[in-house]
Amino acid sequence: MYISEVFKKPAFALAAIFVLLGLYVFFPIQTGGHEENGAQMAHGHTGVVGEYTFDDFDPVSYLKSWNFNDLPEKEREKFYREQNLPDGTLLREYWIYAVDKKIEVAPGVFFDAWAYNGKVPGPTIRATEGDTIRVHLINQGSHTHSIHFHGYHEASMDGAMPEQFVQPGKNFTYEFMAEPAGLHVYHCHSTPLKDHIARGLYGMFIIDPKEDRETANELIMMMNAFDTNFDGENEVYAVNTKAFYYADTPIKVKQGELVRIYAANMVESDPINSIHIHGNFFNEYQTGTLSTPSAFTDIIELGQAERSVLELRFKFPGKYMFHAHQTEFSELGWMGFFEVEK
Amino acid sequence: MRKLIIGVLPVVLLVLLIASFLQFGPLGLLKTAFPPVETVAFEKVVLEKDKIAVSIINDGPDEVTISQVLINDAYNQFHITQSTLKHLEKAVIYLEYPWSEMLPLRIKLVSSSGVTFEKEIPVATPTPVPDSRYIISFALIGLYVGVIPVFLGLLWLPLLKNLSRRWYDFFLSLTVGLLIFLLIDALEGAFELAAEIPQTLQGVSLIAIGVFLPYLTLLAIGKKDSIDADNKSAISHTLRLSYMISLAIGLHNMGEGLAIGSAFSVGEITLGSLLVIGFMMHNVTEGIAIIAPIAKQKGENTLKHLLTLGLIAGGPTIIGAWIGGFVFSQLWSLLFLSVGVGAILYVVVEIVKFMKRDAPTTIFTFTNIAGFLSGLFIMYVTGLFVF
Repeated sequence: MYISEVFKKPAFALAAIFVLLGLYVFFPIQTGGHEENGAQMAHGHTGVVGEYTFDDFDPVSYLKSWNFNDLPEKEREKFYREQNLPDGTLLREYWIYAVDKKIEVAPGVFFDAWAYNGKVPGPTIRATEGDTIRVHLINQGSHTHSIHFHGYHEASMDGAMPEQFVQPGKNFTYEFMAEPAGLHVYHCHSTPLKDHIARGLYGMFIIDPKEDRETANELIMMMNAFDTNFDGENEVYAVNTKAFYYADTPIKVKQGELVRIYAANMVESDPINSIHIHGNFFNEYQTGTLSTPSAFTDIIELGQAERSVLELRFKFPGKYMFHAHQTEFSELGWMGFFEVEK
Repeated sequence: MRKLIIGVLPVVLLVLLIASFLQFGPLGLLKTAFPPVETVAFEKVVLEKDKIAVSIINDGPDEVTISQVLINDAYNQFHITQSTLKHLEKAVIYLEYPWSEMLPLRIKLVSSSGVTFEKEIPVATPTPVPDSRYIISFALIGLYVGVIPVFLGLLWLPLLKNLSRRWYDFFLSLTVGLLIFLLIDALEGAFELAAEIPQTLQGVSLIAIGVFLPYLTLLAIGKKDSIDADNKSAISHTLRLSYMISLAIGLHNMGEGLAIGSAFSVGEITLGSLLVIGFMMHNVTEGIAIIAPIAKQKGENTLKHLLTLGLIAGGPTIIGAWIGGFVFSQLWSLLFLSVGVGAILYVVVEIVKFMKRDAPTTIFTFTNIAGFLSGLFIMYVTGLFVF
């Protein structure tokens, strides 16, 4: 009876109906959620969806690049030059630009990085023990930056003191002798330190011993992570920046050949990281400084800035996974495959 | 014609202003000065064995692109109906994941700029689908917490019938107390929901609309009705009041049913027997409120009217539980709760008017105040068992 009364008051009834209709049109009650999933869902090993769209950092080429040898000769000269010194060693001169750069860390996920030469990790610097290293840092970014090399050098070249920070628009030249032989890293030491490392300012610094190591298929692997929402926890973990990249594009090696991996960990916010290779064992040379292996194992743990040279020969052909055995990291992107060919 | 021009002119100018603002205005400057605001609200998560469907809405001003999805801190394959969402656009994300029953489930979306949006399901249980088993069980829940208690409350009728005027006023005041408690309770629920629904829907403003729409509608009808009553004595004032009270309580119970049904279906509560008992005790008092006005009116407290009144007040609990359980929507829960508040407000005003009409001097007698406070107190004590 009262419902009918409502309809005798057309103004109220109409108002009520319009309000409800309007609401329903814009915010319908949803019953969805049970429709069949599209066939698009792949059932691969990786959790990410889609493909990388930025191609200005190629994790495949990074594996085997040092001293800008991935660039054409003309282009390379802008960043790297070498000249013979009277004592038979080389003077290696680098031009490194610190810039603000948006990088892709998982398909479709972009991170506002600070990067040496616009790449994370920065370019690999490689010399022979006794060479002279001269690095020009040009700060084109919006913050102060520096380069702090692991290895022997004088205090003035340490890049860790506030007065050694390079202001935006300024530059500084680091010079020192490459020693000791081994696998090292370099990184920004400006404060707040953890921010500068988390943003991507780090790279590999390889010093070869005077007596060449055995010829091998050499691979450079920098373990890193990205806190994309800046809440103090990493959303993306990877080896060489792009989550799951080598899971979709396995690293090709030959059965029985000597494979040498230069592995370093620069993950911020987590105390430890690791690398585990399936179905094989390797010799570990901690920090790459000694000629005798420090372990024969299939997994090593690394704290931040720790690094090791790993040598192995894959025993059987096929696909072998490698990943952090902090399994949480592996499901957040730090997982890939070796494809061992006969 | 002149009036029309004067009326339309400001609107035309506003449109021009907005157009020029978008074209040349300082918007570009504002945009570069502030990073984009990305927000995504979760509307619903549907769980089936090994499958999850997540409904989201972009309730922020700027565009959002969902690039990746994590479940329990691991990237997971997914299919999204539309990955780039403009303001108020919606999408459904389908995931295959062997989730564990009775354990928490965390869903995290990563946008193209690395911003994350998180939804935690405290206890994962399969989302009810409208099959006979769930239809019956939700109906039973509604029956237990809504219909039966209200009818039990109606059984106090003989008691109220033979009361002296003073005690009768006491029970009317008690009814006001009960209703005010329900009003505050519903309002609290509505404000809680207002905080959860997408910001852009302005939950608090919706509550205002939801409250005043029924209140003013009922007021207008009531006024017309009393004029009609004088003219042709349609339906008695007291019976009308009882129907109004039961309608208001019905709306409130619908909101309660919605809350129970949806909480049950999203795994936020498991309906233990204690909770059901609590609701029963809480709702049994609603019966008193309904019969108070007609208790002393001969020929109005007939079985037919009592049955109808009970159904109007209790029945909506079942309907609410169905809606809440199967087509859960916080927006609609909020609207039902607000409408309930408006209706209760109207009824409270009517009862007070009714008491005033027959009161010799003032309604603020010791008996009436004691009744009102008892009403609040009874609701409080029985409410202790509910949550």
